[in-house]
Amino acid sequence: MPHWLQLMIDSLPTLLLAGLTFTIPLTLISFVLGLALGLVTAIARLFGPAPLVAVARFYVWIIRGTPLLVQLFVIFYGLPSIGILLDAFPAALIGFTLNIGAYSSEIIRAVISSVPRGQWEAAYSIGMTWRQAMTRTILPQAARVAVPPLSNTFISLVKDTSLAAAITVPELFQSAQRIVATTYEPLILYIEAALIYLAMSSVLSALQVRLEARFARYGGMLEANR
Amino acid sequence: MIELSHIEKRFGDAVILRDINLLLPERSVTALIGPSGGGKSTLLRCINLLEIPQAGRLRIGDESIDFAEGRKIGWKDIRRIRLQTGMVFQNFQLFPHRTAIQNVMEGLVTVLGWPEAKARARAMELLEKVDLAHKADAWPASLSGGQQQRVAIARALAPSPRVLLCDEPTSALDPELSQEVVDVLSALAREGTTMVMATHDIRLASRIADQVVFLEAGRVVETGRGADIFSHAAEERTRRFVASIHAAGGASAG
Repeated sequence: MPHWLQLMIDSLPTLLLAGLTFTIPLTLISFVLGLALGLVTAIARLFGPAPLVAVARFYVWIIRGTPLLVQLFVIFYGLPSIGILLDAFPAALIGFTLNIGAYSSEIIRAVISSVPRGQWEAAYSIGMTWRQAMTRTILPQAARVAVPPLSNTFISLVKDTSLAAAITVPELFQSAQRIVATTYEPLILYIEAALIYLAMSSVLSALQVRLEARFARYGGMLEANR
Repeated sequence: MIELSHIEKRFGDAVILRDINLLLPERSVTALIGPSGGGKSTLLRCINLLEIPQAGRLRIGDESIDFAEGRKIGWKDIRRIRLQTGMVFQNFQLFPHRTAIQNVMEGLVTVLGWPEAKARARAMELLEKVDLAHKADAWPASLSGGQQQRVAIARALAPSPRVLLCDEPTSALDPELSQEVVDVLSALAREGTTMVMATHDIRLASRIADQVVFLEAGRVVETGRGADIFSHAAEERTRRFVASIHAAGGASAG
């Protein structure tokens, strides 16, 4: 067996374990929390009173306008100076959640707006409340349109979690760095790490395809609703 | 009985409806006709409170509500009035993510809290009435325009509203498809469904309307029996309008 393959096989359990215990939980938890935050932010911007709209816009402005790595550093290395001490994993979780919340809020805002006004009226005309119209009529239709852009966000997140290495989270990429430190084989180990990220992204792409197929069962958008 | 008294509706400075007084007897069909922008749709939407008038009084059966400048109408009042009404839209507006029967059941289950089985039975009954029982499980996107509108009529009728409001129910349909919708609405009229419809469709109006209201620039110009308005309206303006839609209908049919 060639040396490079032997090295890859030997490192695989360590890398996979790091992925399983840090990368994947970090991705899933911050995506779910981030989506919830994004939904709240989008609704605040679309339907909230002026002060709430301002808060939502300010939040999105700050998060989108500054580098994710810098945000992580502020949370993990910066906040302790004002007495807020966080472990690396929760610090990363907060950083990624805030990030996903800002980006997904823009997507969610757009897809909610894309549902024709007539659908609100149809929902109201049968007596639904705003909340019923939102959850039963508008969001299910918006969700369909949101699958491709939110999948983009999700896949970006999987890869962005490697930034957590910089704030000492022992996730997949940091594990690779550690092995490199003892084996001096950066090319082999970093390619291996890249392949594992590629595999995770591919699983998500496949899930996207299935989700889109599921939504496609009710056919095209209604001609008259365009 | 539906009664509108002194209804006024403005959007900003534009007055859309001024001092509208109408009496719509139970079990009668009223057609609102008139040029586009005359206020037909807005008047319909004031009856189910999709638009809130600035002044006047609305009474549907035992429920009534008064409007005044700056008075906020609460959800309870809106709901009380809205549950007396069903609405059919020009562009159908079926829920595309629900099948035909789910569209009809939606209000019963979500709004009225009926159990699933009871709602399904009621919905099936209504789909039979509009002759679409065989399409119960079809997605709206797979139905023709006429079929979609018939499902929409069934959806509007599901909670047994006191009045069915139809906003240009045949305008988005070609003559053949609009015929099937006219047939369904005529059958409902014969059964005594109280209806108010905004329409340009003379065939629809003359066939089923007991009362025709000619509306222009937010005012009621003339009210009368369908036969009278279409053959010898009292007002010159109404006669000219009727002549123009007859001419347009003749041209598109030829």
